[in-house]
Amino acid sequence: MTMIREFGKALQGLWSLAIGLGVTFRAFVRPQVTVHYPRATVDDANLRTFHGHVELVGKDDQSAVPRCISCGMCAMNCPSACLTVVKQKPPKPTPEQKTAMEEAEARGEKVKKPAAPKDPARFSYDFSLCSLCGTCVESCPADSLRFSNEIYQAGFDRKDFHFDLLARLRGQAESRSGRTPNPDPSSNPKTDKGGK
Amino acid sequence: MTSSASPGRFHLGGDFYTNHFEKGGSPDTMILNMGPQHPATHGVLRVIFELDGEYILRTEPVLGYLHRMHEKMGEEQTYYQYMPNMGRVDYLHALAWNWAWAGAVEKLGGIEVPRRAEFIRVITCELNRISSHLLWWGAFLLDLGAFTPIMYAFDDRERILDILQRPTGSRLTYSYYRLGGVAADLDDTALGMIRDFVPHLRSRLPMYRNLVTGNMILRHRLEGVGHIPVEMCRRYGATGPTLRGSGVAYDVRKAEPYSVYPELSFNIPTDDKCDGMARYNVRMAEIEQSLDIIEQALDMLPSGEFWVKNAPKPKWKAPKGEVYFAVEGARGKIGVHLISDGSANPYRVKLRAPGFSNLSLFAEVTKGTLLADAVAILGSLDMVIPEIDR
Repeated sequence: MTMIREFGKALQGLWSLAIGLGVTFRAFVRPQVTVHYPRATVDDANLRTFHGHVELVGKDDQSAVPRCISCGMCAMNCPSACLTVVKQKPPKPTPEQKTAMEEAEARGEKVKKPAAPKDPARFSYDFSLCSLCGTCVESCPADSLRFSNEIYQAGFDRKDFHFDLLARLRGQAESRSGRTPNPDPSSNPKTDKGGK
Repeated sequence: MTSSASPGRFHLGGDFYTNHFEKGGSPDTMILNMGPQHPATHGVLRVIFELDGEYILRTEPVLGYLHRMHEKMGEEQTYYQYMPNMGRVDYLHALAWNWAWAGAVEKLGGIEVPRRAEFIRVITCELNRISSHLLWWGAFLLDLGAFTPIMYAFDDRERILDILQRPTGSRLTYSYYRLGGVAADLDDTALGMIRDFVPHLRSRLPMYRNLVTGNMILRHRLEGVGHIPVEMCRRYGATGPTLRGSGVAYDVRKAEPYSVYPELSFNIPTDDKCDGMARYNVRMAEIEQSLDIIEQALDMLPSGEFWVKNAPKPKWKAPKGEVYFAVEGARGKIGVHLISDGSANPYRVKLRAPGFSNLSLFAEVTKGTLLADAVAILGSLDMVIPEIDR
């Protein structure tokens, strides 16, 4: 009696293995679900929602000039201090302006110095420190930062991840890189701060 | 001839732990190190065993190889800036940690969360829980010597990652919840993807059962192995599927309800066999339970804002006080104890990680078992080492 039970148990176990092998076989004849990178690449639709490193957004009329007003909120609020924003110096007054200023000073009036341009002189970004939390994107008052869709990133040196975002923006304005998908604002909920 | 204790080029004398892990009375025993680099420890966990043949006499887990001072970092950053740390504490259920932090600060500051945000949190957190359980399933069976299951698990997990990538922008270490809401709305495409995904995973569960749960080899390796009685869970503070696999229906979502969980109907799967198979069954049942919760939350999802208008800014100062907030993670009770002195940075942050308590009982459970079973027991506890070390 015991022997029959043991035999039955063994058969049951073998049957469970056969069922498992059946599952494997069915999966074997199904089409592949993986993408053979780099022979094939992931389609853009999936990359658009991916948040790569942050990048600057150009002005609507001048795409090579960032909307940035050099306020430094992004650098101040960044938890890992990976952004550096340097303001532009005010331009040197022309000889006419200089004489006008001197005259105004002699008359005891308030001197009006030429104002510095608002866009930054330098905007550098250390991607090797960034944790992609989005604090800079959320705290930017001018909406000048967004996440890029750059996914193909590998480098041999840590310096490869030190970006000059101004140069990147200028490069983007000249020609869009073929490998990055075009940002589609409608499919990326983070670019518009609807809830805030 | 050099004695084993002499300081040589290769430090043959061993490190602190090796030197202080005394051999037992019998001369026949052997000290064996598993890890810190070992495929079955899922991270850098080191376990020292004292073996008599293949039987374990004594076990000592050695922690700290992945310690990153998350608690101390909390004191150095503002409440807002600490959020990305939470995704790195437990990379498999990052959103539960996001929630624990957001919930603790919201409780401290009395910040209201819009209803839509609460439901979005429930949906995304449960999806993340499923992805965590799927990865555990695959990795656990990989420990036990079955290679293919992880491929099936990753097939389904990939869909969850695609869904969660839409609002969060990342695929693993999410930093998505914010104080007073979430960072981005779930758009119609994402909601449609979730609606498609729930029946899809339900249809895949019988396949999981056929492939693995009924398998004779698995049952022999798990049934009766790693017996953790309730009393032991209580002594070590084990929570989550480890506790529920010992027959205690304790779930923070029911015991200390938070957010909109009281409005959702779900039951707590338990199994009172206390062995590895019981913990396995509990986790598989939790996947189905999470799918039910997601479906209900999708039906109840209200419209409205997803982030409260007057949400704290990055330099927000919290009121003075002390709070404790707990959520149910994939591995158990996640707790954040927060003390504020009224400045922009927390005075003290204490993170209660479920993995730490669950690992603590490992030494006692493995006493007297076979070495191969110790791997099965470690896997059945679902360890995430970064969470244990923090």
